[in-house]
Amino acid sequence: MSETVEQVQNLIQQRYKAGFFTDIEADKVRAGLDEEIIAMISAKKNEPAWMLEWRLKAFHHWQTMKTPNWALLKVPAIDFQAIHYYAAPKQKNRPKSLDEVDPKLLETFDKLGVPLHERARLAGVAVDAVFDSVSVGTTFQKELKEAGVIFCSFSEAVQEHPELVQEYLGSVVPYTDNYFAALNSAVFSDGSFVYIPEGTRCPMELSTYFRINARDTGQFERTLIIAEPGAEVSYLEGCTAPMRDENQLHAAVVELVARKKAKIKYSTVQNWYPGDENGKGGIYNFVTKRGDCREDDARISWTQVETGSAITWKYPSCILRGDRSAGEFYSVALTHNHQQADTGTKMIHLGKDTTSKIISKGISAGKSNNTYRGLVRIAKRAENARNYTQCDSLLIGKTCGAHTFPYIESANATAKIEHEATTSRIGEDQLFYCRSRGLDEEDAVAMIVDGFCKEVFKELPMEFAVEAKALLEISLEGAVG
Amino acid sequence: MNDMLKISQLKVAIDDKEILKGLDLEVGPGELHAIMGPNGSGKSTLGYALAGRDGYDITGGSIEFDGQDLADMEPEERAAAGLFLAFQYPVEIPGVNNAYFLRSALNAQRKARGVEEIDGMTFLKSVRESLKQLKMDEALLKRAVNEGFSGGEKKRNEIVQMAVLQPKLAVLDETDSGLDIDALKLVAEGINRLRDGKRSFVVITHYQRLLDYLNPDHVHVLSGGRIVESGGEELARRLEAEGYGFLEESAA
Ligand SMILES: Nc1ncnc2c1ncn2[C@@H]1O[C@H](COP(=O)(O)OP(=O)(O)OP(=O)(O)O)[C@@H](O)[C@H]1O
Ligand SMILES: [Mg+2]
Repeated sequence: MSETVEQVQNLIQQRYKAGFFTDIEADKVRAGLDEEIIAMISAKKNEPAWMLEWRLKAFHHWQTMKTPNWALLKVPAIDFQAIHYYAAPKQKNRPKSLDEVDPKLLETFDKLGVPLHERARLAGVAVDAVFDSVSVGTTFQKELKEAGVIFCSFSEAVQEHPELVQEYLGSVVPYTDNYFAALNSAVFSDGSFVYIPEGTRCPMELSTYFRINARDTGQFERTLIIAEPGAEVSYLEGCTAPMRDENQLHAAVVELVARKKAKIKYSTVQNWYPGDENGKGGIYNFVTKRGDCREDDARISWTQVETGSAITWKYPSCILRGDRSAGEFYSVALTHNHQQADTGTKMIHLGKDTTSKIISKGISAGKSNNTYRGLVRIAKRAENARNYTQCDSLLIGKTCGAHTFPYIESANATAKIEHEATTSRIGEDQLFYCRSRGLDEEDAVAMIVDGFCKEVFKELPMEFAVEAKALLEISLEGAVG
Repeated sequence: MNDMLKISQLKVAIDDKEILKGLDLEVGPGELHAIMGPNGSGKSTLGYALAGRDGYDITGGSIEFDGQDLADMEPEERAAAGLFLAFQYPVEIPGVNNAYFLRSALNAQRKARGVEEIDGMTFLKSVRESLKQLKMDEALLKRAVNEGFSGGEKKRNEIVQMAVLQPKLAVLDETDSGLDIDALKLVAEGINRLRDGKRSFVVITHYQRLLDYLNPDHVHVLSGGRIVESGGEELARRLEAEGYGFLEESAA
C-alpha cells in the first residue's frame, strides 16, 4: 500500500458517506451522570413523576452493577462522567408538523437518503427521525391515526399515552436486566413508540432513523412496540453518525410485545460510524433488544444488517411464552479494519410447540473480529419445541477472526434442535472466476458477499435490501488486494 | 492480417515451479486450434495464464492478444478486451443468481468498452435463446451460479456464457469432458454457431470425438510445457489411435 494520506482520507470519506456533521445549535446538558442530570432530562421532557421515579430506580440499580466482560470484545474503559446525556437541536417550540421542522435538520436527513417529506409521499413508509436525543418529526401521522395506529416519539407517548407506557415499559427488558439496559433506563431521551390495536394490520411500514450529531454525547433511545391480538406490523430502523476521532456511546433498548396471533417484524440496518482504518473513533454500540411472544401463536422476527460501529454488543432475542409462538433471527454482521462485533440472539422456549429459527452470516475483513453468540433454551414445560440454527462465517483476508459460540440448554427431551455451522474464506477461485468474466475485484467481492447473505437479505423489505447491499459494498471497499 | 493470439517462448511458473517451458502458439482470426496432450502437461496452466490468474507468473516470453500485450492486464481487462476462458472446473458461487451474474459480467465488459448497458429484455432474449440451443432448463437461470449443477450442466453453462459474452477469442478447457453424447453434439454446435470467420478458438480436449464436429484448422500436442507437435486433423486421429507414445519415440 503506497497511498498518500490524502488518498486514504478520500477513500474513507467515500466509504462512510454518512460521516458529515450538521452545524446546528444544540441544547446540551452538562457532562456527567448523577441524579440531578436525570432530573434535568426528565424535566426537559416534562415527564410525570412516575417516569422520573423509574429512571432514578434504574440509576441506583446501575450504580451497583459492573460492565459485562463475557463477550469476546476488547472494550476500552468508558468514562461515564465525560458523556453528555442529553443534546437536542434548539427549536423554539416543538414542531407540530414537518413544515415546522428546522430546514437544516430536514436537509441532514435528505443527505442521509432519508428525505422525510419525500419518503413519506413516495414510498409510503412512515418515518420517525431521531436527531441526537430527540425526535424531530414523524411522518404520516394522520393516515396512521385513521387506522388506529399510534406511531410517535417516545416522549410524546409519555405525554399522550401514559397508561400504555406505564403498563409496558420495562415489561420485556426490566431495568435490572443488564448494565447497559439499566443505564438506558436512567437516561433515555427519546425513541419511538408504536401501538397497533387489535386485529389491525399496520397500513404501511414504520421506520425510525437515528442520527447522532453532537460531540461527546451518547445516544440512549428506547423503542417500545405493542401489537395487540391479531395485529401486524413491520418496523425498520436505520442509524448513522458523523466521523470523529473520539468514541461515542450508543446504548439503546428495544422492547416488543406481541399478543395472541400478533406479528412483529423488526428490521435494522446499523451503520454507525465504524472508526477509521487504524481503529480510531467510532461508535460503541451496546444494545438490548428483546421481543416477548406473550400469548399463543404470536410471532416475532428480527432481521439485522450490522455494518457499522467500532464495537457491537447486541443480541436481539425472543421469549416464546405463548404456545405455538415463533421467533426468528436473521443477521448479517460485517466487520472490517479494527471493528469488533459480538452479536447473536437468545431464543427462550417456554410454551408448547414453539419454534425458532436463527440464520446468522458473519463476514470479517481486515483486522476485525466477528463473534456469533447464541443461546437456545428449552424450558421444561416447552413440549415439542423446535429450533433450527445456521451460522456461517466468511473470512476475507488472513488477519481477521470469526468465532461461534452456540449455547444450547434443553430441559425437555421432546425438543428438536438442529445446528449447522460453516466457516469459509472467500475463494480465490471464485474471485478469479468472476474476474475472468469481466467483473472487477470489488464488484466480485460484493457479489460473492451478497450471495452469502442472500437468505438474510430476502427477509428485508425491498427498499432496505437495496440499501443494505449498497452498504456492504461500501463497507468492504479495500478489503481485498 | 494480425494474429488474434501470438504466444512466444512463454514460460509460466507456479510457486517457482516452471510448468510452461517456452511455448509458442499463433492463432489467426477465425481459426480454431485444438490442443491435446497428456494429463499434467500444462494445458489448463496455459488457459489460466491467458486469462491472468494470480499465481501463474509469467517468467519469460510474451502473450499478445489482438495486438495488446497481456502481461500487465488484469483478468477483467482481458475479459473486456474479448478473451474468454471456459473453465475445466466451473466454479460455484452460492446465492448469486446465474442470470444476474451473467448480466453483470456483460455490463461490466460493456462499460469497460464504453458501450452502454444492455437492457433487461434484450439480455433475457439472448440468454434464453442460448439456453434453448443447448437444451438447458430455463430454471437454471434462476439458480445460483453453478451451485448444484450437474457436471454436464456446468459445462453447458460455460458455453451459454460464451454465447452471451461474444468474445473475440475463446479458450475452452476440456468443455467436452463429462458430457453425454447428445450434450457433446450440442456443445459442438454451440461453438460452431459462433464461428463467423473472425472469432478464434483454442479448444483443449482429450478426445477426437469433439474435433470431428469442429474440424480444427490446427491440432497441437502440448507435452512437458511445450508444443511438441503440430498438424491438422489427422494428428488428432493418430493420437486417438496410438496414444502419446509415439511422441517419445520421435523425441528420442
Ligand atoms: N497450484 C499448483 N501448485 C503446484 N503445482 C501445480 C499447481 N497447479 C498446477 N500444478 C501442476 O502443473 C502441472 C500442469 O497442470 P495443468 O492443470 O496445467 O495440466 P493439464 O494439462 O491441464 O492436465 P489435465 O489434462 O489433467 O487437465 C501439473 O503437474 C500440476 O500438478
Ligand atoms: Mg487441465
